[in-house]
Amino acid sequence: MSGTSTPTSGVTAAPSVRKEGAPPRGGTGGGRRRREFTTRRGLVVAAFMAPAAVFVALFTYYPMIAGSQMAFRNWNLTDLTDTSWVGFKNFREVFTDPAWGTVLGNTALWVVGSIVPQLVIGFALALWLRRRFRLRGLYQALIFFPWAISGFLIGILFRWMFNSEFGVVNDLLQKAGLIDEPVAWLADPDTAMIAVLVANVWYGVTFFAIMILAALQSIPDELYEAAALDGAGKARTLFRITIPYIRVTLVLTVLLRVIWIFNFPDLIFGMTGGGPNDETHIVTTWMIKITQQGDYGKASALGLLVVAVLLVFAMFFLTATRERGGGRRGAGRGGKRGVRA
Amino acid sequence: MIGKETTAGRAAKFTFLGLWLVFSLFPLYWITVTSLKDPGDIFSFPISYWPENFSLENYQGLFGKADFGTYLVNSLVVSAVAGAVATAISTLSAYVLARFEFRSKSALLMAFLVTQMIPSFIALGPLYLLMTDLQLVDNRLGLMLVYIAVCIPFCTVMLRGFFENVPDALEEAAMIDGLSRLGALIKVLLPVMRPGIVAAFIFNFVNCWNELFLSVTLMNSDENKTVPTALNGFISSFNIDWGSMSAAAVLTILPTMVLFAFASRHIVQGLTAGAVKG
Repeated sequence: MSGTSTPTSGVTAAPSVRKEGAPPRGGTGGGRRRREFTTRRGLVVAAFMAPAAVFVALFTYYPMIAGSQMAFRNWNLTDLTDTSWVGFKNFREVFTDPAWGTVLGNTALWVVGSIVPQLVIGFALALWLRRRFRLRGLYQALIFFPWAISGFLIGILFRWMFNSEFGVVNDLLQKAGLIDEPVAWLADPDTAMIAVLVANVWYGVTFFAIMILAALQSIPDELYEAAALDGAGKARTLFRITIPYIRVTLVLTVLLRVIWIFNFPDLIFGMTGGGPNDETHIVTTWMIKITQQGDYGKASALGLLVVAVLLVFAMFFLTATRERGGGRRGAGRGGKRGVRA
Repeated sequence: MIGKETTAGRAAKFTFLGLWLVFSLFPLYWITVTSLKDPGDIFSFPISYWPENFSLENYQGLFGKADFGTYLVNSLVVSAVAGAVATAISTLSAYVLARFEFRSKSALLMAFLVTQMIPSFIALGPLYLLMTDLQLVDNRLGLMLVYIAVCIPFCTVMLRGFFENVPDALEEAAMIDGLSRLGALIKVLLPVMRPGIVAAFIFNFVNCWNELFLSVTLMNSDENKTVPTALNGFISSFNIDWGSMSAAAVLTILPTMVLFAFASRHIVQGLTAGAVKG
C-alpha cells in the first residue's frame, strides 16, 4: 500500500497523520510538540489498522497476487512438472477458445439484462414507498428477504421452479393461457438465459429500491412545493428535480452493481451450472469450469481480464459522470447543481 | 407533502406494490410447500399448491441419511466466530478511517474496494496451497480465518458510515476524563453504536453462512462440511432429489431470514450510509 513514504514521524511503518479538520499537510514541518502529537496519532492509526491489514494482506492479497502470476505460467494441475513462464500464451488460449464468443455475449446480456430491470423496478418501488403508509415498515422488511439468501441457493430455488416437468412456472403460465405446452426452460440456451435473468432481477431489485429510497428521502420537500407552485407536472418534476437530485446515488449504485453482477457466478452456477452444453456460461462461471479442469493458468488469465475490464469501466464511469458536473460526492451537492441547471 | 395522490394513482401504486410482494415471496413459499409434501407427491400431476399429504419425511431424511445436523453446526460455529471477530477487527479499522485523516487513507480504501472487484477464483489455488502450508486445510479454524479476511473490507466501510454519524465530541470528552482512546471507543462509542455493530455482525454472519466456493475448496471431509458445500453435493449427482433439496434449502434460509428480519432496518442504514459516503 502506497502513500507511507515520507518519514515525517520517525515511525517508519506508521502512516503520517494530520489532525482532522487541519489543512492537508505538505511541507508543514511543525514544531516539536506537533511532531510528537502526530507520532502518537500515527501509532493509533497503525495499531488500529494492523489487524485488518494483516488479515486482508495474508488471506486476500497474497493469494490474489500469487494467483495473478499463474496467468503467465504453464500451471495445470494435471501436470505440475512444468510450471515455466509462458508469456501471454494463456491469454491467447482464452481468446481462441471456441466458447469465448458465447461467454462474452452472455456476460454482456447478464449484466445489462439484470441491471436495467433492477434499476427501473427498484426506482418505481422507491418512488412508491417514499410516502408513508400503514405497514410500510413491514412491507420493506418482507421484500428485503431475498437479500438474505445466497446466490447459489437462489439458483437452486429457481431451478426447481423452472423445472420442465414439475416446475411451477410452466404450470402457472399454462393456467394463465400464455403457453400451451410446458417449456423446457433450462434445456434451451435462450430460455435458460431468460430464466437466470428473472432470478437475478428477483434478487437484485431490493438493493436498488433501498439505495434509491434513502436518496429520495434526502430531497427537501420545499423543492417539490416550489415545483408544484410553478405548475410542474409529474413527469417534469421527476426529470427536473428528483433524478438530478439523486444522480450521484444512482451513478454509484449502478457502478457497484455492475461490478458485483459481473463477478457473480453463484446464481448461474446453482441454476444451470453453465449448461446446457456450456451455453449459459458468463466469464466467471466459465472460470470456475476451467479451474475445475485444473488449468489454473488459463483461469487466472481470465480473472485478470475481468479485473482489467472492471477497472477500466470504473474509471470511465466515474470520469464520465464527474465531467457532467457532479464533482463532489453526496446527493445534496450534485442535486442542487442539477436543479439550477 | 410530496405532491397530491389521485385515487387512480393510489390504486396503481398498491397494485404494483402488491404484485411485487407476491413475486418476492412466492419462491420462498414454493420451496417451503415442496419441502412439506410427501416425497411421492412432489413429482405428481396436477401440481398442488398446498401440501395435501403433509409430511416431514424430507426433513427426517436429511438428519438420517445425510448428516445435515453436523453441517448446520459447522456453519453455525464458523459463521458466528468469523462474523464476530471480523466485526471486532473492522470496528477498529472503521473507527480510524472515520476519525483520522492520513495519507494512505484513500489507498487503503481503494485496497479494500479492489478486493470486491476481483473474482475470488483467481485466489483459490494459491489459497489452498497457503492453507496446506499452514496445515489448515479441512479445518474449521482455517475456514474462519479466511472468512474473517473476506468480511473485513465491506464491514469496515459499513461501520465507518455508522461512526461518521456519531459526533466525535463524545469520545473526546471521555478522553479528557482520562480514558485511553481504545477505552473511550469501547466504553463510550460502542454502546451508542450498538445497533450498527449488531447489523454489521449479522451481515457478516449471513455472508459466511452463505459462502460456497471457498468452503468447497478448503473443506473436504464430511465431518467438516458447511451447509452450502453439502447443498452443492446434492446437485453434483445427476438427478437432484428435490425433496431433500427443498428441505435443506428451507433449513438454510430460515436462520438468515430471522436474523434479517431483526436487523433489516439497521442493515439498510449501514448499506446506504456506507455507499453514499463512498
